[in-house]
Amino acid sequence: MVSHSNVAARATGTALVEAIGLTKSVQGPGGQLDILKGVDLAVAPAEAVAILGASGSGKSTLLGLLAGLDLPSGGEVRLLSESLGNLEEDARARLRAGQVGFVFQSFQLLPALTALENVMLSLELGGHPGDARKLALEALERVGLKDRVAHYPSQLSGGEQQRVAVARAFAPNPKVLFADEPTGNLDQVTGEQIIRLLFGLKDELGTALVLVTHDVELASRCDRRLFLRDGVLGTQ
Amino acid sequence: MRVGAFRYSLRSLLREWRAGELQVLALAVVIAVAAVTSVGFFTDRVQRAMLLQATELLGADLAVVSADEISETLSTGATERGLSIARFVTFPSVVLFGDAAQLAELKAVDGGYPLRGRLRVAVEPFGPELEPEGGPGPGEVWAETRLFQQMGFQVGDLLQVGDTELRVTRVLTYEPDRGGDLFQLAPRVMFNLADVPATGLVTPASRVRHQLLVAGDEAAVNDYRSWAADRLAANERIEGVRDARPELRQAIERAEQFLGLAALVAVLLAGGAIAVAARHYSERQSDTSAVMRCLGASRDFVVRVFLLRLLWIAVLSSLAGALAGYGAQTVLTALLGQWFTGGLPGASAWPVFSGLAVGLVTVLGFALPSMLRIGRVPPLRVLRRELGAPPPAMWLVLGLALVTLGVLLLWQAGDARLAGRVLGGAVATGVLLWGVAWAMIWLLKPLRTRGGVALRFGLANLSRRGSLSAVQLSAFGLGIMALLLLALVRVDLLSAWEQNLPEDAPNHFMINVQPEEVEPLRALFESRGLDAPAYYPMVRGRLAYINDRPVNPEDYESARAERLAAREFNLSFGDAPQPDNRIIAGRWWQPGDDLAQWSVEEGLAQTLGIAMGDRLVFRVAGESVEGRVTSLRTVQWDSFNVNFFVLAPPELLAEMPATYITSFRLDAEGDGLLAAAVRQFPSITVLDVRALMEQVRSIMDRATLAVEYVFLFTLLAGVTVLFAAIQATRSVRQRETALLRTLGASRRQVLAGLLSEFLVMGALAGLLAAAGATLIGYVLAAQIFDLPFVVNPWLWIAGIGGGAAGVGFAGWLGARGVLKQPPLFTLRKAA
Ligand SMILES: Nc1ncnc2c1ncn2[C@@H]1O[C@H](COP(=O)(O)OP(=O)(O)OP(=O)(O)O)[C@@H](O)[C@H]1O
Ligand SMILES: [Mg+2]
Repeated sequence: MVSHSNVAARATGTALVEAIGLTKSVQGPGGQLDILKGVDLAVAPAEAVAILGASGSGKSTLLGLLAGLDLPSGGEVRLLSESLGNLEEDARARLRAGQVGFVFQSFQLLPALTALENVMLSLELGGHPGDARKLALEALERVGLKDRVAHYPSQLSGGEQQRVAVARAFAPNPKVLFADEPTGNLDQVTGEQIIRLLFGLKDELGTALVLVTHDVELASRCDRRLFLRDGVLGTQ
Repeated sequence: MRVGAFRYSLRSLLREWRAGELQVLALAVVIAVAAVTSVGFFTDRVQRAMLLQATELLGADLAVVSADEISETLSTGATERGLSIARFVTFPSVVLFGDAAQLAELKAVDGGYPLRGRLRVAVEPFGPELEPEGGPGPGEVWAETRLFQQMGFQVGDLLQVGDTELRVTRVLTYEPDRGGDLFQLAPRVMFNLADVPATGLVTPASRVRHQLLVAGDEAAVNDYRSWAADRLAANERIEGVRDARPELRQAIERAEQFLGLAALVAVLLAGGAIAVAARHYSERQSDTSAVMRCLGASRDFVVRVFLLRLLWIAVLSSLAGALAGYGAQTVLTALLGQWFTGGLPGASAWPVFSGLAVGLVTVLGFALPSMLRIGRVPPLRVLRRELGAPPPAMWLVLGLALVTLGVLLLWQAGDARLAGRVLGGAVATGVLLWGVAWAMIWLLKPLRTRGGVALRFGLANLSRRGSLSAVQLSAFGLGIMALLLLALVRVDLLSAWEQNLPEDAPNHFMINVQPEEVEPLRALFESRGLDAPAYYPMVRGRLAYINDRPVNPEDYESARAERLAAREFNLSFGDAPQPDNRIIAGRWWQPGDDLAQWSVEEGLAQTLGIAMGDRLVFRVAGESVEGRVTSLRTVQWDSFNVNFFVLAPPELLAEMPATYITSFRLDAEGDGLLAAAVRQFPSITVLDVRALMEQVRSIMDRATLAVEYVFLFTLLAGVTVLFAAIQATRSVRQRETALLRTLGASRRQVLAGLLSEFLVMGALAGLLAAAGATLIGYVLAAQIFDLPFVVNPWLWIAGIGGGAAGVGFAGWLGARGVLKQPPLFTLRKAA
């Protein structure tokens, strides 16, 4: 079940994100639900990995564990060479700051902040408080929203909001970016626009990408495609 | 941390502010603080106006009293501070006119007396009153009406005072600083201080009381008070303003209670509004917290950012509120100031600080748990939206709110007992509101399957958001209850208070009526077509022992206790207490009881340290009368009924020499009757208390007015609670409305649904509120103000009807905007 490149990345010790025997069980209404039953994964720098799977197969759960947003029931996650199991919640947050980016299906922009302020927030928290404004403007320019910086999320279209989210994710120049169905809420044309942006920036900045998606088009652009089925990850 | 929480909170404040989420919270704080400070400013000024009026009772702002000549240091100390001073001496002595000799209370005053208030005189007994500039000039003497009656002299006659003769020029009818018991003192004779040496009456051995009166700017008086306190000789002491007649003291105290309570309600309401707004804010900020954590912020950082932001809001909006409070207060005093003769004294600055303090304490106390909760939002929320922060621990929310309430109440009431009671009441009310709200929502559940679509949707909304609905329902209930309390219970309480002193309250007392004169006097009154008044027996006695402890005036700390212990009491006896009395401990005597018992007025018992069951010995006409204290009574002194500090069963005092006392009402034209009565029964004494009653009544009027005023602000605070509660579900509601419309519901259907939800919610809240207000009104009347309580049916009608209408209207206002906009716009905004 373990893929070759997984083994390769781990063997070289260069993996940015690494999962070993990852399990996750939750207490559901009908008893225990084993969502993940032993997932192994290694993502090398600048590598793009797509995680595919049926709805409810546990993709988002896995992504949350890899990013340190939640703790596994068993196994281990190593993010940027740190074992997350040993870290407190706050230490995991510190690890993420400026080094881990996110793009979500539902955009997750803060409605109270303008496009510029949303991007600035991740820069300020990610260690660039001094030149946050300048960097944020640059990032927004790169995603083609230079003249929409003062708009609030509610004044932007879905595609535009996602572009702001992409700008926010890339602005601090992270080492790895997690994306959970980043095109799930968008039409095909807009989705392709976002995909172009994501891969353009990834190539430019050398960011590793971990993508959860249903989108074949998106998956096909990744270096590897892994399938989550019955709680385990495979190449088919 | 890469960016300081302090700087970040400041920088993000403006952004957050623009987004509008914080504005509701800030508005609650502004209104709360504005209410508290305007109440503070106003009550400060009113209290000082009342104090100013109360200073009349001293004839000054402050008096130094001594058995010896008062030192020059003390008087120059006052003049150096720009204060005005006056001096007088009082002493008992016999005055002579022809063969008649009479013990009188002599008072020799200088040209400055009185510094506060005015004397009133008449040109002949029972003649019209005048207000002279000052006291009698050298060579003149003024005397009370009863002395004219008793000694038979006229204006223009010469009265022998000690070694000299002084010409009677006026009848003295009113003396602002005539304190103490109305019936106690010998008649007053007033003359000029310059004539004292000629009388030869003031020698080192004589019983003279010297007084130095001081008045002027408040700060200077306070400064003088503390300066003089260190320089008093052994028998000198400072007297303040409160040592007034019990009638006035009680009126002022009650007025302060009313005002304080009105302000308290505003504070409580503000707390409720802030709690609701903060809860709503924290819920709306869950996403922000999760995203910030995702982007690498620690929990600590998030908490600090939100706390600091809260602090900024608290400080800024408290300042704004204090300013608004000051502004509102000036406008309203400009409108109302004319009611206060001579205008209100200026406001001091302390309400600003206390407003700030109240703002901070209230915000922290009511919003802290919600804010801390923001930090507990799991970052995983970015992937699983349904994850939120666990609700703040109930004990934390309640505990903190309770402590805050306690602090605020104690600060506002300045009286632990009152604060404790109000706190207890607030807790009971809160628990009750919440519990009943839950029960109501639970009971609504089965109704969801009945009625039209609109009603069903509305009710479904209520019961589906069970916990939120309960919060909202109790918030609405709280707001409406405060409004009801203020609108109706306030009027009831105030009118009950004023009814204590009805227009036809007795305004004259007649004392020293001999037993055999009672029947002829009755007949005299009846012959004039007047109701024969009731006569009460009065026996004079000096308190000799409390248990085995001899009563010594010197043993008491307070001047009042000292005076009370020194003098003779008016004891009385009867089978029933006066209707305005209330037994608060023990029981009134029943037929067949042991005869040796006393019923003591509560205030006197406290001042002299008398407890239930104590054995009191009075010396009456050379004999000892002994009994146990079997009941304590409260007395409505401001009712002007005949009342006594100490009562006994008839058998205990029946053998003792008694005179009779009565009270009755006479208007100006009835003075002929008095002259006739006094001619026929020369030994009786008539006391005119019209002036004193006017004073009490004007305090009542002002207090009522002030409470009306304070009510406006409490009203605003109540409206804020309603507003915050509606605001709390506004966005959810907007989204639902848009969704329903997308699904094909017509505007009318949606509106009817919303309206039915709000109407039901408003009616339920009104029901809750009416029940709460009735309960609180009862407790207030019975426990705190000692006033009779009447159930007011309007409370229920106004509560339920007004609640449904008000909440329905507010809800409709909120929904109207949503219905006008295309659903897509709302959906997008709410996403
Ligand atoms: N805390 C939890 N409690 C109960 N069930 C959970 C919990 N977390 C996840 N699940 C369940 O685990 C399964 C996997 O959820 P997850 O969101 O990871 O699926 P997914 O692959 O991302 O699906 P989709 O493609 O629809 O987004 C689902 O059935 C979900 O209901
Ligand atoms: Mg998912």
